[in-house]
Amino acid sequence: MLAGDSSLIPIAGATDVLVHWPGNLEAKTRSYLDLSGLGELRSMQWADDTFTIGALTTYWDVICNEQCAQAFPLLINAARQVGSVQIQSRGTWAGNIINASPAADGVPVLMAYDATVVMQSCEGIEEIPLDEFYFGYKQMRRRTDQLVVAIRMPRRAHDVEIFEKVGARRAQAISKIGLAITHSQDGWRIVASAVAPTILRCKAIETLLEEGSPVRSPDDLMAAIAKDVSPIDDIRSSRLYRERVLARILYHDLKGIVPSFV
Amino acid sequence: MRRLEGISKLTGQMQYVDDIHVEGCLWGMTVRSPSPRGRIREIRFGNAVDWSQCVVVDHRDIPGPNEVFLIERDQPVLASDYTRHIHEPVVLIAHESREVCRAAVADVQVIVDEEPAALEYRVLPKPEEVQRGNDNVLKTLKIEKGDVEGALANAAHVVEGVYETGAQEHVYIETQGMIAWVEDGVVITKGSMQCPYYVVNALKHALAREESGVRVIQAPTGGGFGGKEDYPSHLALHAALLALKANRPVKMIYERSEDMAATTKRHPSRVRHRSGFDAQGKLVAQDIDVAIDGGAYVTLSPVVLSRGIIHAGGPYACEHVRINGRTVLTNSVPYGAFRGFGAPQTLFALERHMDVCALAMDMDPVELRRINLIRDGQTTATGQVINDGTDRAAILDKAASLIGLKSKCDEHASFNATHPYLRRGTGIAVFFHGAGFTGSGEVALKSRVRIAGLPDGRVEVLTSSTEMGQGALTVFTTLAADRLGLEPKDIIVAEPDTARVPNSGPTVASRTAMVVGRLVERACDDLQQRVGLDDGARGDVVRDAIAMWHRNNEGKALYGEAIYEKPPGINWDDTNYTGDAYGTFAWAAYAAEVEIDLRTFSARVTDFVAVQEIGSVINETLARGQIQGGVVQGIGWALLEECVQERGAMKNCQLTNYIIPTSDDVPPIRVVFLENPYEYGAQGAKGIGELPMDGPGPAIANAIAQAIGVSADVLPLTPERLMTMMDSAHV
Repeated sequence: MLAGDSSLIPIAGATDVLVHWPGNLEAKTRSYLDLSGLGELRSMQWADDTFTIGALTTYWDVICNEQCAQAFPLLINAARQVGSVQIQSRGTWAGNIINASPAADGVPVLMAYDATVVMQSCEGIEEIPLDEFYFGYKQMRRRTDQLVVAIRMPRRAHDVEIFEKVGARRAQAISKIGLAITHSQDGWRIVASAVAPTILRCKAIETLLEEGSPVRSPDDLMAAIAKDVSPIDDIRSSRLYRERVLARILYHDLKGIVPSFV
Repeated sequence: MRRLEGISKLTGQMQYVDDIHVEGCLWGMTVRSPSPRGRIREIRFGNAVDWSQCVVVDHRDIPGPNEVFLIERDQPVLASDYTRHIHEPVVLIAHESREVCRAAVADVQVIVDEEPAALEYRVLPKPEEVQRGNDNVLKTLKIEKGDVEGALANAAHVVEGVYETGAQEHVYIETQGMIAWVEDGVVITKGSMQCPYYVVNALKHALAREESGVRVIQAPTGGGFGGKEDYPSHLALHAALLALKANRPVKMIYERSEDMAATTKRHPSRVRHRSGFDAQGKLVAQDIDVAIDGGAYVTLSPVVLSRGIIHAGGPYACEHVRINGRTVLTNSVPYGAFRGFGAPQTLFALERHMDVCALAMDMDPVELRRINLIRDGQTTATGQVINDGTDRAAILDKAASLIGLKSKCDEHASFNATHPYLRRGTGIAVFFHGAGFTGSGEVALKSRVRIAGLPDGRVEVLTSSTEMGQGALTVFTTLAADRLGLEPKDIIVAEPDTARVPNSGPTVASRTAMVVGRLVERACDDLQQRVGLDDGARGDVVRDAIAMWHRNNEGKALYGEAIYEKPPGINWDDTNYTGDAYGTFAWAAYAAEVEIDLRTFSARVTDFVAVQEIGSVINETLARGQIQGGVVQGIGWALLEECVQERGAMKNCQLTNYIIPTSDDVPPIRVVFLENPYEYGAQGAKGIGELPMDGPGPAIANAIAQAIGVSADVLPLTPERLMTMMDSAHV
């Protein structure tokens, strides 16, 4: 169907579509493709070296999964920070990726776990690393005939796993800043949300960590942060606040873990 | 006694106005001004909808004066050729389909030749922004006692400060809603409201009708907090105009974003303090300047200002006081009533200022307050002699010791010295809140309550006071049952329907239990007299006497009645603003413990204590709920709730971006009642509803100031604002 009609919008939990539904006249002129009948897409598969979640897997599915809590604890941390329990039980991880909000809560932890996006179309299957998936605000490498069917993560041993969400209150808030940090033998992954047009890896910070450059205060991170992110002043917060708080969280959370943070 | 309507609310059985099905009803919606100020040149109707199927109302359809009846009549029902704020109603549209009605509203363009808008109440307007007098000031008020300049000149210490608070949205769970229809020539409106007779007056005036030609019914109301004091008059007029033109019932229900954008908010304020103290820290002079943003029309701002300045001096004894107040016109959506009605703003300034003074004089903040607290025989700023026997120092000490103001001091100091990024502190505020209408307001209202004795011996309480979640229904039932010795099941509280209930005044100003409740008791006494009993008769004797009366007077109605009478010795001079501003005050001390995360600059309240003397407690569960709810609303105002303004309108008019506290943002709230019965309140009660809004702001700000040494002189103390304050404090 997607191949035949490029204007069709696949929807799963519809938690983003419905927020502004009553007053959004334009949203009502579009056509939606309800995926809820595709039960096989609601799945979690454990292979020796990968963990794959089907595109209709909800936050709540992951919260309830004990193996997930052991192997990918940040998924649980992030899922619990998404909206309310009602949203958690309808919203899907794949939907979070495709809605492409720069403030998404699910995407940073997926990216910090090196997730890939598995898409299927009549042409076949394509798998794209999540950190290469976005190329601008709400711009992503998905053709309209492709449907996201799964999200795949490599199974690795991590010695650092941190997720921080800074919202305007302690629950049911939209991120002002999000940060996911992992470290494994494959190196550092520092992923930030709500500080750029897309969620992204902070490569300059990662380099700074790999190189072990000394960091004596949050201010020492500002130059690298300025290279990595480009936050804006908006209705929820300010550019200055986002840059400084990102630096402060990074500094305080890594101090004591990373020897170069003194 | 349990809340009477609690189960039906919990189970969703209660029918709010949006739940009420009306046969043949149209949906009504509003086309609003896109501009803060200017001449309306043209209204363009597009071709996206079939206009022949729509009912369209503009100012020319108003039968009477195009004025919303309130203190002044400067606000039009619908803007005609001129608009003074964004979202001002211009055209009304009704249609059978809610969807089509939405599309129709979007299809109308209001073209305005814009003129320079005044958007800043804190500075004098530029000449081209002046729209009222020569300075846009809507109202000034002044309190003066003694010789302020002389006392300041001789003071050992003079401490100055400037304090600001922002607007606040009510966020009642149920948005504004109204149904209007015409029945036997009578215009009937039923909806969510606090003050049915305000709506009656507004309908009479603009529809040019006699009182018999209008009828107003309060539907179950999902919260008001002042937001449904004056605004339902507008919505009732709009719905009625559409219903009259359509000759069909019309329902208007605001969506959340429209409600947040277009209806009233708490007045933003700026208060300047200049306080003089003697060498021992005794307050010798208070020079206070209060400015509030009124928005585009007068609405209730003069009375908000009045309550604000009367509370501005606080619960302290001071012989030389000058308080200047003004409310200023801006081209913003008009501000209106909100729980506390001006007092939270001025009490925030005062109580934050007291901590600033204590720091400046190197005194303990509790000690500074204790030595200055008003004692029996001393007078407030308006010269009202306080003589109620309340031990105000005990209230202060209780709150201070429960929160651990002293005991936690060392613990916090060592925690703050060692933790990498968390900082803790405690703060306190002591305050008072006058119950009932200000000054001679209650006398002017002449509130009236009736108690009907029914043929089966039960009684019915008839008032226009509304249940909006605060517990009025349960309290009235308790009062009547206790007074007559009847079971609660023998008491019916009438639906506020102006065709049946007398005008017992608006449901505002913490007056319902205390003032109207007292009238319920007196009307019960009157009923007993009418059936030949004395005041002491109780239970079966009363029931039997009522039933007997009906057997002897078949077909007749039996009413006991009471009309407000001023308590003896209460005198108010409205010209000089001196005398007894309120029949009585409730007294309180609130204390907060906070924790600030210096990674994110966010403050969290970790413990809260609310100690108050409110006369007698009628229903402890309800009273505790009122206090805790008010504290939560106060925490929101202090830390989270910021109305982001753009051209005088709220930009963040969604609940995703206007942040109110969740249960996770609220600490345990420990509530303590100290009782000291008030002779002229029902069962000895004083007003309680607004009181808890006054204390959290300053207590939390003081705690934050103590923890991280910032000025904390502006609310809300959002993380972004705290970051800026910390920068300027060089912490």
